[in-house]
Amino acid sequence: MGKYTIVQARALSEAVFEMWIHAPQVARHAKAGQFCIIHADGAGERVPLTISATKGDDIRIAFMAVGTTTKLLATLKTGDELRDVAGPLGMPSDIAEGSETVIIVGGGVGVACTPILAQAAKDAGNYVIGIIGARNRELLIFEDDMRAICDELYVTTDDGSYGIKGFASGPLKDLCESGRKIDKVWIIGPGMMMKVTCEVTRPFGIKTYVSLNPVMVDGTGMCGSCRVTVGGEMKFACVDGPEFDAHEVDWNDLMTRQRMYLSEEKQSMEYRDEHHVCRCRKVE
Amino acid sequence: MDRDADVRVADFKEVDLGLSREEAVAEAKRCIQCKKPKCISGCPVGIDIPAFIQAIADEKFQDAVYIIKKDNMLPAVCGRVCPQETQGQGVCVLGIKDTPIAIGQLERFVADIERKKGAKCPKCAPATGKNVVVVGSGPAGLACAAELARRGHSVTIFESLHEAGGVLMYGIPAFRIPKDIVQYEINQVKKLGVEIETNHIVGRSVSVEELLGFNAVFLGTGAGLPYFMGIQGENLPGVYSANEFLTRVNLMGANKFPEYDTPVKVGKKVVVVGGGNVAMDAARVARRMGADVTLMYRRGEADMPARLDEVRHAKEEGVFFMTATNPIAILGENNTVSGVKAITMELGTTGDDGRCSFYPIEGSEFVVETDVVIEAIGQGPNPLLLRMLPELTRNRNGSVAVNCLGETSIPKVYAGGDVATGAATVILAMGTAKEAAVAIDKMLRT
Repeated sequence: MGKYTIVQARALSEAVFEMWIHAPQVARHAKAGQFCIIHADGAGERVPLTISATKGDDIRIAFMAVGTTTKLLATLKTGDELRDVAGPLGMPSDIAEGSETVIIVGGGVGVACTPILAQAAKDAGNYVIGIIGARNRELLIFEDDMRAICDELYVTTDDGSYGIKGFASGPLKDLCESGRKIDKVWIIGPGMMMKVTCEVTRPFGIKTYVSLNPVMVDGTGMCGSCRVTVGGEMKFACVDGPEFDAHEVDWNDLMTRQRMYLSEEKQSMEYRDEHHVCRCRKVE
Repeated sequence: MDRDADVRVADFKEVDLGLSREEAVAEAKRCIQCKKPKCISGCPVGIDIPAFIQAIADEKFQDAVYIIKKDNMLPAVCGRVCPQETQGQGVCVLGIKDTPIAIGQLERFVADIERKKGAKCPKCAPATGKNVVVVGSGPAGLACAAELARRGHSVTIFESLHEAGGVLMYGIPAFRIPKDIVQYEINQVKKLGVEIETNHIVGRSVSVEELLGFNAVFLGTGAGLPYFMGIQGENLPGVYSANEFLTRVNLMGANKFPEYDTPVKVGKKVVVVGGGNVAMDAARVARRMGADVTLMYRRGEADMPARLDEVRHAKEEGVFFMTATNPIAILGENNTVSGVKAITMELGTTGDDGRCSFYPIEGSEFVVETDVVIEAIGQGPNPLLLRMLPELTRNRNGSVAVNCLGETSIPKVYAGGDVATGAATVILAMGTAKEAAVAIDKMLRT
């Protein structure tokens, strides 16, 4: 087996894929909240993906095939190799030992990051409530994993095709208003979802973390591509985060920078379609 | 010999083509072989410069390489990027009345000849059974690793990026050192038995316990943390640290986008802030990608820390120098950069460091229209490793404190290069790393 062999690749839905990758130096050290950088091949770019689980020398990632790199990854099969996997990167989640009640909210492909976090919180002796949501039933992932870990689990779909109809913020609001003791909330999902959802907890003064997903290059603090404004200060998400206090994040700053390469992303995909370059299994 | 500016600005191929055989031999023959050569002490790794130059004068090129490689495993790199005017070449006695010997060019000349013929690997001392871990595969790490391997120790380098070489790969562009030459010289270090583990981030993929499990540790993690000016508008899309801009192009191939997947914004007009080698590199890369480039520097041209050759090359290639000027805000429209608001400086007296003081002239603010701003105002030590070793004593500027042997405050942990000196040159990094390697060797043998 090569260095970064894909030990299992499978589709979770039409657009969401799961991959177990052999990466011992990452798997042995990874903690909840951390990510890895994948560099699929020599012409590829470095993309950050959250570590969704670990088992022995393997890590699990999950991604939605939306751009050049994730579409390339989606074509890879069990037994293929990636050129590079670097990590674990970022600060681990701030999980307290003890009897806190924590809520872990996942939206869309962000749900991929919730099982490792829920497990870590559970293992530390906390009472764990999960809320996972997707646009529709087909796009919902890791429900079984979360059901097995969490003390309570709420499932939402935007269109009501499964579980509670609406956004994940619905059950979160109900829990906050119920008067139950809630110590910490994690929200992981698309920028807009995190921005909106964290407003639910603000009036209740509940410590809320979000996992930010700005554009990254090296992921080790040497370029500042991932800089975000938190509490009025410049932070590098790759070394200071990616988890930050949700109520301190400058969301407009984050989302503006996330959109920086929209036209290039489109251009890249058009170039791929035009040139029909099959880059599967091409490892330089 | 440099390629013409209007030709080279259209590609990333090497600017300086080096010396021909005839030129090299003639240049070597100019050396007067001083009885007490000053040039050796001017070289941070102490190459026996007169000896290798004599070998070139005698047309014994392979002998010349052997002499250099006793002290330096990266001659093709050093011959290209060393600031010779402040080193061996700067103290050459011929320079008093005439032109100093082109030491860097001669070093490069023989290294290039050897590479074309296929280099022979120097012999290592018998194995000592001791293992050393080197953190970082930049010039410091490579120099330290090579020196220790030759002294018979087993050496592992941990590199966080996917390619070894540090700043030689991600920072310095191919038109200054072609990347195949960097890789060739790194392979020569590997041939000494040095193992390089890429994608291994010490402090993340490698724990403190694992690190301190080695017989000795050398930290050569560099000064890769970019500083930002802290002015308004810095988070606008289109504002880069030079590290990010250069990494995207040099390491990730963004100049070949969309053939390569990593994009980079250049636009029509670029403002680069700074006056060091990194600023020159960023400016010249942006020129090659078709932009009009303005280099903004708060002091005068004579105060620029960049190599003279790089300043000259940048000017020849059409980089516009705007000195005694400092940005005070980055302006934007529709979430893109539209300009830099700058202020003119009045330059004062020259201080002890040989650089002049400067004061903003009130009311002199003006706007330079631009699409992209690249900040090359300096770097600090890489943060990850230092967070992992909080007991490591640091200097006031954040760099790792070392004594003259390269020892840090933690037993058997040494440091060298930019992480200890602050951002400096390739050759100074190699010099401090070599001194640390000698000290490590001595410690391991006692």
